[in-house]
Amino acid sequence: MRKREAIITEAESRHRRGRFGDFGGCFVPETLIAPLRELEEAYVQAMADTAFRHELESYLRDYAGRPTPLYEARRLSSEVGGATIFLKREDLCHTGSHKINNTLGQCLLARRMGKRRVIAETGAGQHGVATATTAALLGQECDVFMGETDMARQSLNVFRMELLGARVVPVTAGSRTLKDAVNEALRDWVATSDHTHYCIGSVVGPHPFPLLVRDLQSVIGREARRQHLERTGNLPDCLVACVGGGSNSLGLFHPFLGDGVRMVGVEAGGKGTEPGEHGSTLCLGSAGVLHGARSYLLQDGDGQIVETHSVSAGLDYPGVGPEHAFLKDSGRAEYTNVSDAEALRAVEMLCSTEGILPALESAHAVAGAVELAREMPRSSSLVVCLSGRGDKDVNTLMDIRRGGR
Amino acid sequence: MSRIDDAFSARGGNGCALIGYATAGFPDRKTCLSIASSLLEHCDILEIGIPFSDPVLDGPVIQESSRRALESGFRVSDAFDLAAELRAASQKPILAMTYYNPVHRAGHAAFAAEAARAGLDGTLIPDLPPEEMAGWKEEADRRGIRNVLFAAMTTPQERLRYLDRSTGGFLYCFAVKGTTGMRDRLAGGLGDFMALARSCCASPLAIGLGISTPDQCRDAAALADGVVVGSALVKAAMDAIQDGEDPAARAGRLASLLKRSLAEQGAAQA
Repeated sequence: MRKREAIITEAESRHRRGRFGDFGGCFVPETLIAPLRELEEAYVQAMADTAFRHELESYLRDYAGRPTPLYEARRLSSEVGGATIFLKREDLCHTGSHKINNTLGQCLLARRMGKRRVIAETGAGQHGVATATTAALLGQECDVFMGETDMARQSLNVFRMELLGARVVPVTAGSRTLKDAVNEALRDWVATSDHTHYCIGSVVGPHPFPLLVRDLQSVIGREARRQHLERTGNLPDCLVACVGGGSNSLGLFHPFLGDGVRMVGVEAGGKGTEPGEHGSTLCLGSAGVLHGARSYLLQDGDGQIVETHSVSAGLDYPGVGPEHAFLKDSGRAEYTNVSDAEALRAVEMLCSTEGILPALESAHAVAGAVELAREMPRSSSLVVCLSGRGDKDVNTLMDIRRGGR
Repeated sequence: MSRIDDAFSARGGNGCALIGYATAGFPDRKTCLSIASSLLEHCDILEIGIPFSDPVLDGPVIQESSRRALESGFRVSDAFDLAAELRAASQKPILAMTYYNPVHRAGHAAFAAEAARAGLDGTLIPDLPPEEMAGWKEEADRRGIRNVLFAAMTTPQERLRYLDRSTGGFLYCFAVKGTTGMRDRLAGGLGDFMALARSCCASPLAIGLGISTPDQCRDAAALADGVVVGSALVKAAMDAIQDGEDPAARAGRLASLLKRSLAEQGAAQA
């Protein structure tokens, strides 16, 4: 009896590790408790296995194209007239965004766990494309859940996923965007976890996902830190990244947590501050539980999740990773937002000054960085995570321009 | 003894308890009350589902009923009003089935107080596993509200014992790996799972998820103390509305049919 109690207590204390202050946790139906523990154990073992780490590193280098450059944006910096702006070029990763850092790790883990199928949710399609790509690389079956609204505005990525051999499952529930795609992926996984791995695309979801995805994305910040030190001899003064679920931002921030560097996350300000007009979960939301974790949410007085809006499908999400909620409440990171219009101006600015077309998501970070850099001395420096390239958004940009905004 | 304990212990050899389900506020407040009242006549225990915007454990039928309830302006307080009206006419156990966020949003103390005032006997919160329930359970216990836990076919034996010790009233065993909704047949391995649960749990065991027909009820009744039917009852009401008929009568007829099949199984076992 005593021994059994000890085992349970040990299991419970292990479970508590999935906490970031009051945030995080594992709020899932009982059916998923065992698969999530299996995943946590497999992940801990894999990371302790040198052969696994080597394999992941070699794919990141030879397949994904890491390290990505840290590029000094001279013309942009001089146009702004403040801090020197460096771009961490995740847009140059294979598939066009930072998402592949995560999918390579998770799909290799799925293979190690003997799961033959991977599923994913996607908003902008960047995570869906990265998952479909990695699944093709490793010979895994792949289904990607995507809201119908997002399928329409990111049709190029839908076609890419299909070319890569994935099945794109349209989600018609709710607002038909990223949140609903996560719901549908969770429903699938509850029924299929014995042979399927849920390759979640951000630092959201139940423990151990926020930890796992953060660790896999931290390669962004580790490289940026080393590159900035090599280039300037110093650490940057400020880090800026966009926050939807929050994976590229946490990947950039995390290796700097002990350094006292200023960190700013930029959320989708959409077209206003009323419910349904934005995706500013940390700036305008409140604590709640969605998709398996306690974090900030956009919700009404009854705890119903409210709809969001952003010109960028990847930031159109009413939740956010629990570690960001913790960083906000502890004051270690700051969060702000920029509107659709400001993000669109940042796209044009980066195109015309540097010849780089950013994803609409990343354009939010660029817009936020421009604001911040302007107020900083010329001797200071700022690193922006350019999380993805904007080729997927060309149709949206064309529609907006022709629509004569 | 609570009403839930009575509902199981009074059964003895009289077959298995029928646990029905109605989505609160579907299709509207008034019709929902008549559907739930009709179900309560035939069922031994009634679950009232609180519609949630993101029901990740629910299949198409309950997603649809929840969506329609929310569209018609459902508020969480309507579910408490519904429970109070049902309680005024019945002494059978009534439980609230809810996702955790509405409870979190209201605050544990406020939600428990409302639940107690409405005469609810317990809660079922599928996304609140025992590791996360301490805050809610403390307030629920204070108000005499039982918090019913769930077991799944993926649950290992040690954890079944932990769930059994931690649950209130009974243990709700998922009959399938998946979401709510009707299935052609019960999952393979259900018999072994229920035998394992029986061997290590002292609480009454109910089976739910995917059970919809009298035959499935009969099969499930051989393995458990209670059988939960949800989507099939909601679907019956939904179909009746579609056909321009009385949803309360249609759902009530199905409940009485299911109840009879449980009684037959009880008689066969006795």
